[in-house]
Amino acid sequence: MDDSRTISVTVNGVKHRAEVEPRTLLVYFLREHLGLTGTHVGCDTSQCGACTIHLNGRAVKSCTILAVQANGAEITTIEGLAREGALHPVQEGFREKHGLQCGYCTPGMIMSAAYLLKTNPSPTEDEIKHALEGNLCRCTGYVNIVESIRWAAAKMMKGEE
Amino acid sequence: MFPASFGYFAARSLEEALELLTKHGEEAKLLAGGHSLIPAMKLRLASPRYLIDIGQVPGLSGVRVDGESLAIGALTVHADVASSEIVRQRLPGLAEAASVIGDAQVRNRGTIGGSAAHADPAADFPVILTALNASFILQSPSGKRTVGADNFFIDFYTTALKADEVLTEIRVPLPPSGAGTAYAKLGHPASGYIVVSAGVLVIRERSGRCASARVAVGGLGSGPFRAAATEAALKGQPLTPEVIVAAAAKAAEGSDPVDDLYASADYKRHMAVVYARRAIESGVRRAGG
Ligand SMILES: Cc1cc2nc3c(=O)[nH]c(=O)nc-3n(C[C@H](O)[C@H](O)[C@H](O)COP(=O)(O)OP(=O)(O)OC[C@H]3O[C@@H](n4cnc5c(N)ncnc54)[C@H](O)[C@@H]3O)c2cc1C
Ligand code: FES
Ligand code: FES
Repeated sequence: MDDSRTISVTVNGVKHRAEVEPRTLLVYFLREHLGLTGTHVGCDTSQCGACTIHLNGRAVKSCTILAVQANGAEITTIEGLAREGALHPVQEGFREKHGLQCGYCTPGMIMSAAYLLKTNPSPTEDEIKHALEGNLCRCTGYVNIVESIRWAAAKMMKGEE
Repeated sequence: MFPASFGYFAARSLEEALELLTKHGEEAKLLAGGHSLIPAMKLRLASPRYLIDIGQVPGLSGVRVDGESLAIGALTVHADVASSEIVRQRLPGLAEAASVIGDAQVRNRGTIGGSAAHADPAADFPVILTALNASFILQSPSGKRTVGADNFFIDFYTTALKADEVLTEIRVPLPPSGAGTAYAKLGHPASGYIVVSAGVLVIRERSGRCASARVAVGGLGSGPFRAAATEAALKGQPLTPEVIVAAAAKAAEGSDPVDDLYASADYKRHMAVVYARRAIESGVRRAGG
């Protein structure tokens, strides 16, 4: 019954065709088949958000999606956020405002934050916190994470002017 | 954690999904957003032999006005219900419920149809959809039937859906002018699912009296609980703060909640009163009262 499936997905702009077992979770497909280990597995139970990626432009938890469900989709992972060598403003914000300690939650935090700023370019502090409900951090206490995202929002707004 | 192996079909149309469902019967499960089913499969609480993925079936997603109802496709994700202009304007209580489900990532993936079909006693949509008197369109190979919310949610994780049926659409009657809808939730601090919640639809007459009200409370039993005593205490009465407080005080009357690790039955009854009051107050405000 383990009939493998051929799926075709575009990850960070690169098209891939691959054979997967239907029960393969998307996060393991990204990490183990494609070697994109920037996307982390934290809880593996849909709680922590370390595995957050963008699937067809939306932030989702890739530990709770089967790779076969992503057939035909466009995916962006943390590795695909920088453009032509320039960090995404959210990545810069985490560097500038010290938004991480151990860094385990960081890729997921950044993917959630980048999605937030795409849908709401100037969020209030409360909106930032609400948007990060699905991302847990055991180190920072979140204060600097929120600061990092505010920094990124300000920078992106400036860029728009 | 990987789920146990299963056979996988990606249905390309509703007809194909129905055919597969008929062929594989009880051994198969439909897969929509997967945000209840996949966690259960990873924990081996569920090990279906076949999954029929309807995630990419066209035509089952989106919100539109159809006559006097809002028709919501079963595959519409929570985030799209929460952000829909028409939902926010005409059924703010539904938008409120959609916007407090899980977290942003869950709302981007979980579907309203999946939530209704799963009928988790701690889920949000069943409560508000009961308050709003929604109906559920169930399609089988032999035809379509419509089941009202009061008859759709039957028990813990059990609905009126038969093994060969797909929930295709949820229809919510658009409230008349002078009506207000609202949802208030006490979420579990760790899981985010409801401890207790209340959804209301209040219809207010020009005179300020309550023409009728539907009040559903979640967290008190196996599914949404119609707070009949509260509804009766509102009907025909002027919607004053005193009337609302007295009506809400009856919100748990006739229910039979049980103690769990987080909350005692008494605490749930008490919270039912508090959250019913908040939801009614907010519904009455929206009704112009
Ligand atoms: C971390 C996390 C937090 C969550 N928090 C909350 C919360 O606070 N409140 C809340 O209400 N929910 C919560 N959920 C559940 C979430 O809302 C689910 O998305 C939803 O319950 C199921 O929808 P789905 O599309 O993911 O369904 P699936 O998981 O794909 O399916 C669920 C069940 O419904 C059946 N099914 C699905 N679609 C249909 C259909 N169209 N016709 C017939 N049967 C169908 C499937 O066969 C399966 O048995 C949470 C989930 C997670 C992972
Ligand atoms: S690893 Fe996916 S949510 Fe924690
Ligand atoms: S920086 Fe360590 S978990 Fe967030």
